[in-house]
Amino acid sequence: MALVVARDLVKRFGSLTAVDKVSFSVDRGEVVGFLGPNGAGKSTAMRIISGFMEPTSGQAWIDGHDSHTDPIAARRRLGYLPEGAPAYADMTVGAFLEFIAAMHGMSKAKANARLAELVERVDLAEVWNQRIESLSKGFKRRVAIAQALVHDPDALILDEPTDGLDPIQKYEMRDLIRSIASRKAIIISTHILEEVEAVCTRAIIIAKGRLLADATPAELLARAPSNGTLALALATADPQGAIDILSKHPGVGQVDVVQRVNGVTRIAVRTSKSRPSPAEITSLLGRSNIAVTEFYMERATLDDVFRQITGHGAEN
Amino acid sequence: MREVLVVFRREFAAYFATPVAAVFLIVFLALAAGMTFLVSGFFDRGQADLSGFFFWHPWLFLVLMPAIAMRLWAEERRSGTIEILMTLPVQPWQIVLGKWLAAWAFAALALVLTMPLWITVNVLGSPDNGVILSSYIGSWLMAGAFLALAAAISALTKSQVLAFIGATAVSFLFVMAGFDLVISVVRQWAPGFIVDAVRSMSFFAHFQHITDGVLELPSIVFFVSLIVFCLWLNVRAIEVKKAA
Repeated sequence: MALVVARDLVKRFGSLTAVDKVSFSVDRGEVVGFLGPNGAGKSTAMRIISGFMEPTSGQAWIDGHDSHTDPIAARRRLGYLPEGAPAYADMTVGAFLEFIAAMHGMSKAKANARLAELVERVDLAEVWNQRIESLSKGFKRRVAIAQALVHDPDALILDEPTDGLDPIQKYEMRDLIRSIASRKAIIISTHILEEVEAVCTRAIIIAKGRLLADATPAELLARAPSNGTLALALATADPQGAIDILSKHPGVGQVDVVQRVNGVTRIAVRTSKSRPSPAEITSLLGRSNIAVTEFYMERATLDDVFRQITGHGAEN
Repeated sequence: MREVLVVFRREFAAYFATPVAAVFLIVFLALAAGMTFLVSGFFDRGQADLSGFFFWHPWLFLVLMPAIAMRLWAEERRSGTIEILMTLPVQPWQIVLGKWLAAWAFAALALVLTMPLWITVNVLGSPDNGVILSSYIGSWLMAGAFLALAAAISALTKSQVLAFIGATAVSFLFVMAGFDLVISVVRQWAPGFIVDAVRSMSFFAHFQHITDGVLELPSIVFFVSLIVFCLWLNVRAIEVKKAA
């Protein structure tokens, strides 16, 4: 059995079905990205797996222990960062983490050793004696992460660990997650797609409570709409000739002028799978003495896949 | 029990993390002293006892105990820390007990700070110290019942204000249960044994028995069982909220 298993989780709030038959499992060494629009049911699913909320039906296990019928054993093996990274605002960072360690049954000596190590890792030494309410958002988030790591759990559930962080803090947070990933099963929820590409080995897409995809980022990218866009910069102020030539190619759809500056025109060429190769394009345009100064293919992104899968269309 | 102690320590320290504790203690002492000296006429009565002091406790506690207990759970819900607390590897009853004990210990501190009154009556005369001691114990037990009730109500909401109002309203019924105001309403529709049952719920009457003289066993049993029942309700409230 995998470290974290969810089977047929259902959660209804009155007439609203927040989580609708969600099943998946996460093994040691995996970092699974929980993706979905706001209100998709990500947090609800995480609350159920952590044992904070009871499902309407279905079961969840942490390392073989049911989160609801065997909650103490399950929680010993789980670190959980709730949405919004809550912490006791009137405590100091040190007192808060010592409290968490004590609640995990760690002896004073063991807790001190572990916290000393953790403080280095999560970089909290300079704020150790400060009250949590006085900390910046980045530090608060790190305190909440540290709280989930105090007992060095095998499974980690992190609800939006990088939400509200600046780019450097986001980078550091991802670094931290990557550094512990090999020994743990980690679930992180996010609506930032680049985060999935940066840290996740697998992505699960949820919308309206239903699991719509469960695959590696590469597999998901392969599902991207096949019509890629070529961006070209041409050394001419009048691109009409080039547009006419390119439009004749069977693999080319619409061609748009993006920008005209100082005798250079940038155009965007929508292409299908039978798109012309770079060499073909330069030779076609070369025949009419149009020089291509820049050339790149816009890569399909998880954004496209995400919009497609969650049914928000590929209209843009 | 270790977990209970860990929760207790955190909660008790939390009272002193802000000036609220100091303000509370000052208000309690000022009200208790004001009632004793001004309203009950401590000096004019010419008796070396503290009955004029203890008489006011049910009324003071009616407002002050919900104020101590209102944040216990409501604040956890509002700030989201309840998600951390309830996913730690401890049983809900351990957390419920630890939180209540912290509030009860704080109430004990407030009572201990009124001890100069006890010393004063001993300087001025020769009071029955046994009665005063049993009154203090009875007062503390009654405070525990008010706190357990308020803590259970606090577990139902994320608003401290609602928790306070709800707890005060319910406590008011318990204090007033022995008074004709409540009893006459109950008598109109309920059979005799229910009227008696309601009357026997009166905090005021039970506390009166204790301050009148000896620590009466039925009154002690009443407060202790009410505390146990409310703590059980508190655990249930958390479990029900979890499934909601």
